[in-house]
Amino acid sequence: MKYLDEYRDAGLAGKLAEQIRRTATRPAALMEICGGQTHSIVKYGLDELLPREVELVHGPGCPVCVTPLEMLDRAHAIARRPEVIFCSFGDMLRVPGSRGDLFQIKAEGGDVRVVYSPLDCLKLARAHPDRQVVFFAVGFETTAPANAMAVWQARAQGLANFSVLVSHVLVPPAITGILESPNNRVQAFLGPGHVCAVMGWREYEPLAARYRVPVVITGFEPVDLLEGILMAVRQLAQGRAEVENQYARAVTREGNPEAQRRMFQVFETCDRAWRGIGVIPESGYRLRPEFQEFDAGRRFEVESIRPEEPEACISGLVLQGVKKPHDCPAFAKECTPQTPLGATMVSAEGACAAYYNYGRHLVRHAE
Amino acid sequence: MCLAVPGKIVEVRESSGVRMATIDFGGIRREACLEYVPEAGEGDYVMVHVGFAISRVDADEAARTLELLREMDQLAEAGPEEPGGPDEVP
Ligand code: SF4
Repeated sequence: MKYLDEYRDAGLAGKLAEQIRRTATRPAALMEICGGQTHSIVKYGLDELLPREVELVHGPGCPVCVTPLEMLDRAHAIARRPEVIFCSFGDMLRVPGSRGDLFQIKAEGGDVRVVYSPLDCLKLARAHPDRQVVFFAVGFETTAPANAMAVWQARAQGLANFSVLVSHVLVPPAITGILESPNNRVQAFLGPGHVCAVMGWREYEPLAARYRVPVVITGFEPVDLLEGILMAVRQLAQGRAEVENQYARAVTREGNPEAQRRMFQVFETCDRAWRGIGVIPESGYRLRPEFQEFDAGRRFEVESIRPEEPEACISGLVLQGVKKPHDCPAFAKECTPQTPLGATMVSAEGACAAYYNYGRHLVRHAE
Repeated sequence: MCLAVPGKIVEVRESSGVRMATIDFGGIRREACLEYVPEAGEGDYVMVHVGFAISRVDADEAARTLELLREMDQLAEAGPEEPGGPDEVP
């Protein structure tokens, strides 16, 4: 496929790894922000191509992983209601709340549907005027414009039986949290390419300057990731701390103004709890007051739930790049994708699940 | 979750006041909303995420990146050029 295959070229990847080896003169920990990038890195074994000096630590950029248990329980309570058609992206279906997941609710007779696009929910709402269609609006800035458009269109079309349960999270406040942490060891970031396709990279410039940390906006294919790593390592070697753009074919400094405009018409920033991490100020979106009639959290009274996380799980530290999945005593023992104890084992893009799915626990045992 | 895939716009139309398109992903066709890429039209490549085009693929930038990478490739190799054209993938 055009714009994909050429970025998976093994020869080019090898040459980039060679350049990285020549450029990396001292030890450095780099963090890729996005779970999709973590997935590619582990899938293609890119971390194993790197010299010993360059360590990749995995970031918090998996919306499925960081959606708090409390929010999941709320979604599940709504999905169990008989009048509700509960719509979600496929990756949220297997994520367990305190009492099972959406799959189980579906098996028990709940009307749970997977949608490809949030606009599919509007079709469902039109086709079932006697039912309540609820959409679980999760995701980073990449997904927010699509979810905003669904709400915008619902209002334009006068759809009274559609609402959204919003649990959006934002990348720059999470990076700030990581850099402010006393445990931080990240010296450079690979920025999230598709978040920046929407938002541009202006918000990362004050971060790079303030914390003296290079940020390279990076794509998702092996050649993209290796070039991003090379650019970051080069900045470190030259003592620079700038925002650079590896992913110029899809990202501009300003981002996508149309998408931003619609997002900010519908959403406003708010404090948000991240699973395994806690509340990060101004790190999420919620509906603006003008759109509160579409807020499923208001439309459906749900008793407040105080769930508890399993004690053994260190996914909060994994999400912040302080620990790796291997460091967790439960990894690949009590905790597997079939029996996940924590957030980062649940989603395919979580670091624990990526390590498990690509057999990293086997390699480790063989050592 | 933040996956976006490049695809080619093959047909643009209007549906309930929204600009929609059929997008070709290497033979697989799907619908996507074009409201956020007003500058994109038939034949253009866009990055598609959850049924929305979020950016137009900049063909010049893509070609330039690959050119740079290949130059580096050849410098590192210091050998003969690779056979075939540099970047034409059908
Ligand atoms: S392996 Fe399981 S228990 Fe350990 S940190 Fe990862 S998700 Fe938590």
